[in-house]
Amino acid sequence: MLEQFFQFLVTGVTVGSLYALVGLGFALIYNASDVVNFAQGEFVMLGAMTAIALLGVGLPLPVAAIAATLAAILVGLLLERFAIEPAQGASVVTTIIITIGAAIFLRGVALLLWGKDFHSLPSFSGDAPIHLGGATVLPQSLWVLGVTMLLVGLVRAFLDRTLLGKALLACSFNRAAAQLVGINVRVMLRLAYGLSAGLGAIAGILIAPITFSSYEAGVMLGLKGFSAAIIGGIGNPMGAVAGGLLLGVLEALGAGLISSGYKDAIAFLFVLMVLFFKPTGLFGHQLVERV
Amino acid sequence: MKNLWKITLATMLLCASVNPAGAAEPIKIGSFLTVTGPASFLGDPELKTLQMVVEDINAKGGVKGRKLELVHYDTGGNAKDAVNFAKRLIKNDNVDLIIGGTTTGDTLAVIPDVEKEGVPFISLAGAVEIIEPVKKWVFKTPHTDRMAAAKIYGDLRKRGLTQVALITGDGGFDKSGREQLLKLAPQYGITIVADESYGNKDTDMTAQLTKIRAAGAQAIINFGLGQAPAIVTKNIKQLGIALPLYQSHGVASKTFIDLAGDAAEGARLPAAALVVAEQLPDADPQKPVLLAYKNKYEAKYGPVSTFGGHAYDGLMIAVAALQRAGGADKAKVRDEIEKTQGFIGTAGVFNMTPQDHMGLNLDAFKLVEIRNGSWKIVE
Repeated sequence: MLEQFFQFLVTGVTVGSLYALVGLGFALIYNASDVVNFAQGEFVMLGAMTAIALLGVGLPLPVAAIAATLAAILVGLLLERFAIEPAQGASVVTTIIITIGAAIFLRGVALLLWGKDFHSLPSFSGDAPIHLGGATVLPQSLWVLGVTMLLVGLVRAFLDRTLLGKALLACSFNRAAAQLVGINVRVMLRLAYGLSAGLGAIAGILIAPITFSSYEAGVMLGLKGFSAAIIGGIGNPMGAVAGGLLLGVLEALGAGLISSGYKDAIAFLFVLMVLFFKPTGLFGHQLVERV
Repeated sequence: MKNLWKITLATMLLCASVNPAGAAEPIKIGSFLTVTGPASFLGDPELKTLQMVVEDINAKGGVKGRKLELVHYDTGGNAKDAVNFAKRLIKNDNVDLIIGGTTTGDTLAVIPDVEKEGVPFISLAGAVEIIEPVKKWVFKTPHTDRMAAAKIYGDLRKRGLTQVALITGDGGFDKSGREQLLKLAPQYGITIVADESYGNKDTDMTAQLTKIRAAGAQAIINFGLGQAPAIVTKNIKQLGIALPLYQSHGVASKTFIDLAGDAAEGARLPAAALVVAEQLPDADPQKPVLLAYKNKYEAKYGPVSTFGGHAYDGLMIAVAALQRAGGADKAKVRDEIEKTQGFIGTAGVFNMTPQDHMGLNLDAFKLVEIRNGSWKIVE
């Protein structure tokens, strides 16, 4: 029983780290502009699909992965420049709808480029499972965990330690005031989109060897990442990370201990409970204090 | 997609240019398929096959001097749209017969209208409910999920395995397959020791498989479509579960092997003979039919799938019936479809009767094993 429990935990933490990375992307853009970017899941898909395509034309895996991340960042910047910026001054709801449109557009482009089939990426360091106690872990899962921890640490340091990061946070606290003290809000917005796109793409590349990717793979991951951001209190980057891990573990335990049929229901029920009893999210409180 | 446009355009131009005034009226074949949406990997090859074969038959002078005309609508997998399109095909387009209904849901939804209007309808969907009980105007060409279940259980018996764990997805195909597996188990003396499920868009099934590992099964059956079975296969390897794995005919495509990679080695599944066409003995009457269809399709569109084969079977059965009926009279064509005997298609040899509107037996399925990244017949 304990072995099983440990296996569920391993599964949950692996899947949860991905939700965390996607959730982190949501939180960053929300911080900079109060907008929920529904194209976040599509960045995940773009990263994975571009990496697969580049690998297909003969580039080595590390080069393909880096190039795919840069490509996704570029798409993120273009999205900001040509879809979000022209709508400056529009209401938040309008901007959110623009991101939904962008998501559908990106899915369509991916469909035309890569077709409807699923594609997979080879694992970074083999498929032989590693035995840990009674549980087994894929080397790829360790990559997922390691890279997620590294990225979360970097984002954290960036937001807390650098002037640029602090400027980004300042925009989220008070946009007008940030502008008054000389922060270029427009540049911050671009930074947020680029960063989110990059994080999403890396998440996509990390998970592609385990779960495969297709033009519509971003939809579900986007939804789960959004849930992670909500649980953690949207706008709180570290809350989103915690929310993602929590969601992943909950899903795995739900599937393993209760019933696999109710796995998603359990996860979304938890989101609803959080919204009912703590509408600002589990860690949303901190944000208010900091203000 | 680009190709599709070109073909449509070419077909239109062709129809416009080679239809001299006074030629006999074309025979209209109506079709509604899931060319887009989640089941597009089924509907897309079906449509391409229909277009290819219709073009081919017309180039050879049509049926009894009359050209075939394909009228097609895309349901996107929405049963409500399927009903509307079926009505439009019957009432506005005045089609002579219908070949279509990619999914079981689409097919079952249109049956009341087809039966009321009396139009011969050949479905391309899997579930056994379509032809059981027998409906006067409804036929189908793909193997049923019950046949798949029977084929898998038959092989389990041969290997002396009786304790089985099921893991299935949440789609229509998966659920219907699971039902048949549960229903047939007692007949074959099989005990189901675990019955797990997953969402078809899930990215990880290790939690369910961990439960299965603890359940004391001797074999695992995974009935599903798309990428999920490939993830299950990989997860089984990851957890170090060494049980024999059975998949359904839903993954009988090269994509599955590509996605699951090494983890798929040794997995067995029932599949139509199309995937192992080259390995059939030369004496097999199906072999020339399979190779002819495969080569033609692959020359035009790329890798063949068994699903397009079902459309080929449906259309060729209809054409043979039209020929025997000497025209497109609906009642006569229906009677002739029902009299189809010894028709060699991609799915097997069809022998229809008033009691059996599919006409395939268990021999039509081949039990194949994945070895060295390819299919091997194991019986």
